[in-house]
Amino acid sequence: MLSVLDERITLKYGAGGRAMRALIQEVFLDGMTAVCADDEIGPAHMDDGAALRVGDRWLVVTTDSHVIHPVFFPGGDIGRLAVSGTVNDLAVMGATDPLALTCAVIIEEGFARTDLVRIQRSIREACQEAGVAVVTGDTKVMGKGELDGIVLNTTGVAMTGRVVPDSGLRVGDVLIVTGTLGDHGMAIMARRHDLTLDERLQSDVAPLNGLIRAALGAAPDAIVAMKDPTRGGLASALHEMAEKSRVGIIVDETALPVTAPVRAASELLGIDPLHVANEGKAVLGVRPDAAPSVLRALRAHALGREAAIIGQCTDQRIGSVILDTGFGRRLVTEPEGELLPRIC
Amino acid sequence: MISNPAAVARDPGVSELKFRDPGRARALSIALGGVVGEIGREPVSVMHVCGSHEQAIARFGLRATLPRALNVIMGPGCPVCITDVPEVDEGVALAGQGVRIATYGDMVKVPGTVMSLADVQAQGAKVDVVYSVTQAVELARRISEPLVFFATGFETTAVATAAAVLQDPPANFFVLSAHKYIPPVMEIVAEMPDTRVEGFLAAGHAATITGWGVFEPFVARHRLPVVVAGFEPLDILAGLVRLAELIRDRRAIVDNMFPRCVTTDGNLRAQEQLWKVFRPIGGRWRGIAHVPNGNLRLRDEWAHLDARRQFDIDLHRLWDHAPAALVQDCICGDIMAGIKSPTDCTLFGRECVPHSPVGACMVSSEGTCKIWHQYGGHPDLGGYGAVCAR
Amino acid sequence: MCLGVPGKVIDVNGLIATVDFWGVRKQVRLEVVDEPVQPGDYILNHVGYAIRRIPDAEIDATLALYEELLARAESEDDLMAADIRAEIHGAGDDQ
Repeated sequence: MLSVLDERITLKYGAGGRAMRALIQEVFLDGMTAVCADDEIGPAHMDDGAALRVGDRWLVVTTDSHVIHPVFFPGGDIGRLAVSGTVNDLAVMGATDPLALTCAVIIEEGFARTDLVRIQRSIREACQEAGVAVVTGDTKVMGKGELDGIVLNTTGVAMTGRVVPDSGLRVGDVLIVTGTLGDHGMAIMARRHDLTLDERLQSDVAPLNGLIRAALGAAPDAIVAMKDPTRGGLASALHEMAEKSRVGIIVDETALPVTAPVRAASELLGIDPLHVANEGKAVLGVRPDAAPSVLRALRAHALGREAAIIGQCTDQRIGSVILDTGFGRRLVTEPEGELLPRIC
Repeated sequence: MISNPAAVARDPGVSELKFRDPGRARALSIALGGVVGEIGREPVSVMHVCGSHEQAIARFGLRATLPRALNVIMGPGCPVCITDVPEVDEGVALAGQGVRIATYGDMVKVPGTVMSLADVQAQGAKVDVVYSVTQAVELARRISEPLVFFATGFETTAVATAAAVLQDPPANFFVLSAHKYIPPVMEIVAEMPDTRVEGFLAAGHAATITGWGVFEPFVARHRLPVVVAGFEPLDILAGLVRLAELIRDRRAIVDNMFPRCVTTDGNLRAQEQLWKVFRPIGGRWRGIAHVPNGNLRLRDEWAHLDARRQFDIDLHRLWDHAPAALVQDCICGDIMAGIKSPTDCTLFGRECVPHSPVGACMVSSEGTCKIWHQYGGHPDLGGYGAVCAR
Repeated sequence: MCLGVPGKVIDVNGLIATVDFWGVRKQVRLEVVDEPVQPGDYILNHVGYAIRRIPDAEIDATLALYEELLARAESEDDLMAADIRAEIHGAGDDQ
């Protein structure tokens, strides 16, 4: 396991990849004895949330802080992101009927009230789409310069009869993504680096609980693993699933759904769409015979029209993700730290 | 091929995508196997000197399809990899002194003696990532403080810097040049006593600027064939087939397999601008001692925007904190020259790993060590056939 | 040498061209390219500068060059090529 060598925390520790996992393992989990029973999911699992037994059902809890900048981006804003992120973390654990959300905000002095109102409207809209409400929160204001604009934290809770972990894959299982990859991250990257790329680059940020409910309905026991590929992209999500499930994964690059603007931006910036964050997509591990019906259920839903089978689990190279490029094969790497445009 | 009903429409876009046709690529791979087999020796070693060639080979997974008898070595062609430690230190020191730096994304994580630009940025320095030198100039126009453009890359990239300098940038725009010039280092590699390289694949884009004629004296002197190749999968495979043919037939010539972009004389207008602004001087490339004429520096006429002349770069303050030991054990130079492999390095996979690199070969996405580490050793994914229903 | 990306010129305004790369439009400077550039031309872009105009005819000529390579390779030793094909098929790379 990696050792956190740095004395000071740098940006890579928040980027969702190996450095972050190492930080969690070595600092946050250190000395924390098992808080959960054997069949529960707790912090050591580093899954999308925690799952605690309540009677014969499970209480699923998840929390996220949102620090995205710019706060308003093509296709969404920090409010929509906060609600969707939390609802989706619950959904990919199998909890598609969220009970309630909390929302705490920390606001920098000088932040415009009209912007705050706009964010609150987005939160409301996203909640309506997901069928959930914010039931409690907290408000703090910090001095100018002590914080960058605004930070949101959301916690979500839900009950479910069955928890779907990251680790349920078996050799032969098929991997399905619910739609096009890289939309959110590329839209943000274009804004952040002041690259006037394409107006068609829009974040995909959306709550997915309805979509996943439809998929689970079509094949309740055949969906054995789920994740939402946010920071670190599909590459990180698949690596985690492969490591936790103890399988290898082969991905067919030609089957990956990627829109033309994202493909163009990735060529121009030298960034792999597999490394780029998604905020309105999920990856599902499915028993092979159920794959066609899950795919059908996804495509029947507005948010799943571009769903596609993109890979399969193998017993080779356990814990690795291999990409078949159509010309050859290579290992899929995880991004190290922040993504930066390349010129070479 | 996984069958997905009605997948996302992919527009064919630019005709360059003809050079990504998998069918032709497979045919060229087979042809390559045939020609290499005819050479009758093993291994046959060829070298490319372009990070983008390595990037393309890695990205498309071409190594999995190359014949086992063919050894395609990555030479010193990654501009980030060969930027010498003191040069990185210059950028880091300036940033630490409170001067705002703009640079290409590739350079931000490269370790200097003590730290990288990313590290000094974490300590509060202002480091802007730009995608083009023009962006840096525009940034300089918008701010009042000085902006130093830390200019890295080979001659193709240096041309852009030269053009920007000639376009009358604002008075607060400066250039710290770490640009490099490739042809001299091919000489050095060819002259190394241990070298096993039998032919070179030359970088298509650099040759777009310099022309392929620049390789003729090299070929005459060293009796080694040079093939100029582009960067799409078909270009690389075809380039390798041609190179293998020339090695088999013992023909030491320059062959241009990228005629859609490369001519004998190259782009004279670009060359004129390049040499108006820059002059070549000898200098150290990371791990490869001295390369005569390998570094590009601003000519005296441009002293007013030369960061080295306009700022007092305090390297000693930086070096006081230097844990120099690890850097001394780094054998990136030998690896880049094709003499050693990453597994010969005592630091590889231990102190030197992608998330905590010592040498630049591990930092750059194109570095040999980075690619070996990703593949878990020598790249060998040839055993993976089609797993998905095709 | 790095990340040279080909694109199609949509518009030229003095020394700045608007170029289409797979549907994305970017501005590219023309100070360095050694031929006049017009809408409809393809150019090779590197860090925001066009470094070469790519003549259409050359694209076909290059593809023809590659075909020639293949033809030459195949005629030289059909047995060798067949062996290699068999090896590749055996490893499951059958397309």
